[in-house]
Amino acid sequence: MFKDHIVKPRATDNLTFMGTVAAVTFAVTLFAGLGESGLGRLMAPILLDLHAPLARDLAVAVTFTLTLVLNLFVLGRFPLRAQIITVWCELLLMFLLFFDTFDLSYAFIATKVGFMITQGVFTTVYVSAISIAIAFVLALLGATARLSSNGFAIAIASFYTSFFRGVPLLIQIYLIYLGIPQLGYVVGAVPAGILALSLCYGAYMTEIFRAGISSIPRGQWEASRAIGLSPLQTMLRVILPQSMRLIIPPTGNQFISMLKDSSLVSVIGVWELMFLARTQGRAEFRHLEMLITAAVLYWLLSIVLETVQARLEKHFNRAHR
Amino acid sequence: MNRSNVAHDLPQQAGVRVRKLNKWYGEFHVLKDIDLHIASGEIVVICGPSGSGKSTLIRCLNLLEDFQQGEVIIGETPLTRSAACVAGIRRQVGMVFQQFNLFPHLTVLDNLMLGPRLVSRLSDADARALAHEYLERVRIGNQADKYPGQLSGGQQQRVAIARALCMRPRIMLFDEPTSALDPEMVKEVLDVMGELAQDGITMLCVTHEMGFARRVADRIIFMDQGCIIEEAKPQDFFDNPRHERAREFLSQILSH
Repeated sequence: MFKDHIVKPRATDNLTFMGTVAAVTFAVTLFAGLGESGLGRLMAPILLDLHAPLARDLAVAVTFTLTLVLNLFVLGRFPLRAQIITVWCELLLMFLLFFDTFDLSYAFIATKVGFMITQGVFTTVYVSAISIAIAFVLALLGATARLSSNGFAIAIASFYTSFFRGVPLLIQIYLIYLGIPQLGYVVGAVPAGILALSLCYGAYMTEIFRAGISSIPRGQWEASRAIGLSPLQTMLRVILPQSMRLIIPPTGNQFISMLKDSSLVSVIGVWELMFLARTQGRAEFRHLEMLITAAVLYWLLSIVLETVQARLEKHFNRAHR
Repeated sequence: MNRSNVAHDLPQQAGVRVRKLNKWYGEFHVLKDIDLHIASGEIVVICGPSGSGKSTLIRCLNLLEDFQQGEVIIGETPLTRSAACVAGIRRQVGMVFQQFNLFPHLTVLDNLMLGPRLVSRLSDADARALAHEYLERVRIGNQADKYPGQLSGGQQQRVAIARALCMRPRIMLFDEPTSALDPEMVKEVLDVMGELAQDGITMLCVTHEMGFARRVADRIIFMDQGCIIEEAKPQDFFDNPRHERAREFLSQILSH
């Protein structure tokens, strides 16, 4: 984004701004009546022995507002990087405190988390990784076909993207798992899941690749063809490496999204993370524990993918420093 | 291929013959009955007002633009639409573009080596040697490992010329090579082109640089509205243009 060079007084030093923030926070917390909430319990030492509901609500609202305003005031003085890190940590802490109010059994999580990783995360990762690889190839073929001047190729590719983008993934999974056996082949749940995910994401990524490829200026094709490179060589050596810069950010998005959509294949009984999250807690009625564990594991996986994506972006941007 | 004769001697030069070439963009008749004969080793400058079809004409010679009627012969080979023929012609015809069209994701050296490696099938070492020789020749040898985006416009265009030369073409086409450059960079590119002309390569150059045309060209072709209106030696063309439109054009371009 464009960074202007206008010098503005710090918003956190502005009395009107901070006053407004304080007033709004106070009003909202008071109105929410947090005296008996988890937040209220967290603040028990401050509440002393106030018992009147209104007094408790008021005390919580005041404490919360003061903490927030003071926090803003101090953080406003931090340099950018420190601000980012501190706010991240604060949000994370609030998140954890929020989950803590659920009264979770950590002992139960501890007994299950090992299996959820070795079986669930492992399955999720390999199903996604294989699907991603196939989707990438499908997208490359699809985009090339869409941009070709071959009627058959264009028709097949656009039919493909139209269908697989237009039908819910869940239905595709059922159609493949239940439909292919009608043809006489019995497919296992895992291959069926992988097939559905790759076909669906291949269709989305076809559009991403198509946009990336067509955004490369015509002059690049002309220069490459004029020195004698074949159309295929031009595509592989000149056009695709340049399109990668534009293809990778949205593709990274797709991959993260696929990682989570792979939870849909749990409906056909693949023992991936989501399937375990739903089944492992059932016996002891500890659904929330398992769902939260799965949520955290999905999140961690996504963070890994985000990091990989950032690396790749940097690699393909090296000529544009 | 041994290293000493890789770059120095140019391949045998070829001429160009164009007969009754006609091209339409939809209803619009861009090139009308173009007849053109360029001898081997000749330096020809094509000029004319914008929209006169001069770029389109030279882009027809290596089939970057298609045309509906007429025939183009490069050396002894008639240009057909078959993949093999077009590939053969493009190997013999080098082209330099107004917008340089360097490959931004490759270093200068890799830009030059791509064609020799993939098309001429040279070994890595031979392609590298060839690239270095031509980079020296356009006086940019010390920038081999930079990316095009890190070079000035004039340097980029010289790299583009070297990239075309690395394919050891028999004919060079220049499509307004200095039109996208800052004024102070025009000279370095024209100097390189002037040296190339002295080496005896066949050159077809669309340009508005009339000083260059006067100094270097063997012949000037003036086009207007899709027709070749005047063909003359530079001296005759500049001192005594025969056609009214050529006179107008020259007074426009030389008056500022």
